Amino acid sequence: MNVVAPFEGIGASVRRKEDFRFLQGRGAYTDDFNRQGQLYAWIVRSPHAHARIKGVDTSAASRMPGVVAVFTGADMAKDNVGGLPCGWQIHNKDGSPMAEPPHPVLALDKVRHVGDPVAVAIAATRQQARDAAEAVGVDYEVLPAAVSMDAALKAGAPQVHDGAPGNLCYDWHIGDKAVVDAAFASAAKVVKLDLVNNRLIPNAMEPRAALGEFDPTTGDYTLHTTSQNPHVIRLLMGANVLHIPESKLRVVAPDVGGGFGSKIYHYAEEAIVTWSAGKLARPVKWTADRTESFMSDAHGRDHVSHTELALDADGKFLGLRVSTLANMGAYLSTFAPCVPTYLYATLLAGVYTTPVIYCEVKAVFTNTVPVDAYRGAGRPEATFLLERLMDVAAQETGIDRVELRRRNFIPTDAFPYQTPVALQYDSGNYHATLDQALKASDWAGFEARRAEAAKRGKLRGIGISTYLEACGIAPSAVVGSLGARAGLYEVGTIRVHPTGSVTVLTGAHSHGQGHETTFCQLVADKLGVPVAQVDIVHGDTAKVPFGMGTYGSRSLAVGGSAMMKAMDKIIAKGKRIAAHLMEADVDDIEFERGIFRVAGTDKTKALVDISVAAYVPHNYPIEELEPGLEETAFYDPKNFTYPGGCHIAEVEICPETGKVSMVNFTAVDDVGRVINPMIVEGQVQGGIAQGIGQALLETCVYDADGQLLSGSMMDYTMPRADDLAPVSVATHTTLCTHNPLGVKGCGEVGAIGSPPAVINAVVDALRDYGVRTLDMPATPSKIWGIINGGRRMAAE
Amino acid sequence: MYDFAYHKPATVADAVKLLADPDAKAISGGHTLIPALKHRLNKPSAVVDLSGIAEMKGIKRVGNAIVIGALTRHAEVATSAEVKAAIPALAYLASHIGDVQVRNRGTLGGSVSNNDPAADYPAAVLGLGATIHTSKRKIAADDFFQGMFTTALEQDEILTAIEFPIPEKAGYAKMKNPASRYVMAGVFVAKTGGAVRVAVNGAGPCVFRQADMEKALAANWSADAVAGVKQSADGLNGDIHGSAEYRAHLVGVMAKRAIAAAG
Ligand SMILES: Cc1cc2nc3c(=O)[nH]c(=O)nc-3n(C[C@H](O)[C@H](O)[C@H](O)COP(=O)(O)OP(=O)(O)OC[C@H]3O[C@@H](n4cnc5c(N)ncnc54)[C@H](O)[C@@H]3O)c2cc1C
Repeated sequence: MNVVAPFEGIGASVRRKEDFRFLQGRGAYTDDFNRQGQLYAWIVRSPHAHARIKGVDTSAASRMPGVVAVFTGADMAKDNVGGLPCGWQIHNKDGSPMAEPPHPVLALDKVRHVGDPVAVAIAATRQQARDAAEAVGVDYEVLPAAVSMDAALKAGAPQVHDGAPGNLCYDWHIGDKAVVDAAFASAAKVVKLDLVNNRLIPNAMEPRAALGEFDPTTGDYTLHTTSQNPHVIRLLMGANVLHIPESKLRVVAPDVGGGFGSKIYHYAEEAIVTWSAGKLARPVKWTADRTESFMSDAHGRDHVSHTELALDADGKFLGLRVSTLANMGAYLSTFAPCVPTYLYATLLAGVYTTPVIYCEVKAVFTNTVPVDAYRGAGRPEATFLLERLMDVAAQETGIDRVELRRRNFIPTDAFPYQTPVALQYDSGNYHATLDQALKASDWAGFEARRAEAAKRGKLRGIGISTYLEACGIAPSAVVGSLGARAGLYEVGTIRVHPTGSVTVLTGAHSHGQGHETTFCQLVADKLGVPVAQVDIVHGDTAKVPFGMGTYGSRSLAVGGSAMMKAMDKIIAKGKRIAAHLMEADVDDIEFERGIFRVAGTDKTKALVDISVAAYVPHNYPIEELEPGLEETAFYDPKNFTYPGGCHIAEVEICPETGKVSMVNFTAVDDVGRVINPMIVEGQVQGGIAQGIGQALLETCVYDADGQLLSGSMMDYTMPRADDLAPVSVATHTTLCTHNPLGVKGCGEVGAIGSPPAVINAVVDALRDYGVRTLDMPATPSKIWGIINGGRRMAAE
Repeated sequence: MYDFAYHKPATVADAVKLLADPDAKAISGGHTLIPALKHRLNKPSAVVDLSGIAEMKGIKRVGNAIVIGALTRHAEVATSAEVKAAIPALAYLASHIGDVQVRNRGTLGGSVSNNDPAADYPAAVLGLGATIHTSKRKIAADDFFQGMFTTALEQDEILTAIEFPIPEKAGYAKMKNPASRYVMAGVFVAKTGGAVRVAVNGAGPCVFRQADMEKALAANWSADAVAGVKQSADGLNGDIHGSAEYRAHLVGVMAKRAIAAAG
């Protein structure tokens, strides 16, 4: 019996199974869950960036209609509720640990950013809870705020935390400064550049939500939450905040409408609803409105860097020196400290053979929303810095920008390649992705297009970025030595049911990535079970043994590898059962796509024969083998994976208004083996949309008092369909050498590779105006300012 | 939202009575009022839904004017054969307000009563020298728009229709705010009965007439004529999307484009 439909295996563009429910509006998101007797929470948030709380008066609010309780930080403290933990500890240059000030769930003595939770009103309806929250009287003594990193680092600046003098979280470095300085001393040319990596607000389509439940008869807690990693939330909240053993706490992340990193972290509201549900013995739900999302979801990026590149007379790189300020916001979000260090500075070799690199990073507390990983996390910042630097270096050395990159590429035969900043790349072919992208974008024909655009009064530019990133995080021992307080393996269980259908339990979590399809394809490919007969279970700590979740493009490289390992165990056990059934030696049993065969014979058993035998063990080697056909594997990766490639953007600028229009975008990415080309294309396109958003549209703006000026869709420019260009996505594969699938990851490449390509294109379009630095986003008013300034200069 | 009473009168007269309550608010398309209510920026005692008032609907040609009922939705103006034939610039303007959902709900009366500095319609009303019909009187466009979100309307006065004189030529061009896509700077130009009017929206705190451009165009109807007119940045809006100087510059660019569109 041939059960394999071959087009469903690895490499097939199987249509996304999950889309049937999503497109029909049948997804089940956290806010869709409602329970009998459910109450609603509304959070009282600070309107001030920095203030001392002199008192919180809940008496009027408590007496309002429908109100069941109003809790403050003091109530939680009385219950011994702990602070929100940070999952990564960075050490300073001198070896001392970073400043790690407390992060209370509800503010105690002070509020530190607009939106900081102060109290919670819980009532029978959402409106009543909101009415009560408005009636909570908080007596604030407003304090001066440290809003920009510049301001926060000045002597005498307002102190965000007593435990972080000078608002410094850490002062970290990587590389040997003396060696790098020596390389600079011998350089023929040094190129310098100052850059800002603009702060972004993630804006997943589904706002965060949390539903806490408590069963007084068993003492069990359940939390439904919009999370990318429910087991991590269970661990952090159970162990650090609410002191509930894992066995008594179930965390469910059902359908989640986008995360982009912002739903990795353990947030105050999750602890608030869970703890309140316990206090009140009633379910408590909280759902953010969009305004709250803007001021309470962790923001992304926000770097200010100075960088210097040393080159020899031939344009070969001799060394790189980088000094970066990274904004942490008001508190340390779960993974914030590792983003501007191990996810950033370790990427500064990029695709180049730069022999020595030194980078120092100061992480700064400010009176703004916490900043943490956002699609790409650290790697977009490194890529933007390097790829802008490449273009400036090309300009200043007179070497063509493509040639300069090529001259410094890590050669195709140099893998595995050890960089000077800790990482060892396993595979890649940067010349191939470059060549393919140059061809696909008709780079050679650009000047003709520019001339044609000029006739229409438009300034046309083309820009390139040859990037690399590290994902598939990560070897537990390595990250442990770098300060991670968790392992970063993944867990997969393959449950072959008696009649041959398969359930896969995975610790990865899908919130848009298409796991329910891609993972089924692995099973179809390896076990020969049709996609329709495979189901993926994820996002529930009561169902899935354990897991570290989805971020850092790790789900397939790490989670998929765990499934492969578990399937190996299934096959090994199946062979023993098959050997018994066919009276052969186990070493003579071959397996391919669902069929066990005695080598060299036509004696076969299908997987379903084996599963029936395993669950109905009438004729079964019961003395040596347990019944059942279910295997679990933990996979701890041996290395990061290193996707890379080439992005080319083409833009046109209207010189009258300064508006930049994307006219073309070409991406050639090496994401390792491609399981589902259609899903990869979608992931890359989505990432590019966000990259274009960062480059041209999005930016988070606070005023000097710490009020969020870009606090709604009226002022925060999310990319829309007509802001984008036709995006051509292609792949060029070199296999990852250290995971069983050869996959590298595709979730973040789009957001990592694209911003510098776009900005380089804008700078190229403005080549007659002598632009050297251009901070993102390249808004119409900014570009008009450049053009207008340029005109004025020319006229004077 | 806070709680409020809801009324749906069938006549203008009944609506006016209900709006005698100083805390009551009219609602037409709700695309401005409902977001404000949801954000709790507004706490009306009652919401008076005008959408059931038949006499405030419809588009008709009356002599040398197009009269559009206040409840007419943007999409209806955009697709009206009458409007397209007589004042194509007005249909064009309506077809570029917000997005499909907004155009299918938002109304002419709601937009003009609200007088958002970044709204589209006020530019056409002022640029065409329209007459605003209300439950009490007729008001010339020049007297109607009084400042940011402020008009000549009294609390219990309802905008019932707008009478647009048919121009010889008219054109509209705008630069959108990149985030909200409302108007960052827009210009509506019209030549009606030989007289030129130039209305600027988005750039200032309230729609206004650009007298220097009007003078220049009266002498010479061409894009070149306005190229020489400098819009002052004094008193214009500046925000995170663009300075007053940028908006002043855009007024010049949009004026040229509006004239080109008018032909
Ligand atoms: C996402 C979005 C994008 C938008 N983009 C644009 C844009 O690009 N350009 C633009 O111009 N507009 C835009 N709008 C606004 C839209 O056009 C509104 O619908 C319009 O401004 C108000 O019309 P309404 O009928 O919805 O008014 P409502 O919201 O019903 O009322 C608005 C105000 O006018 C009062 N009012 C309503 N009708 C009358 C009346 N007949 N007499 C007296 N007072 C009355 C109400 O009391 C209220 O104060 C946008 C709206 C949204 C939600």
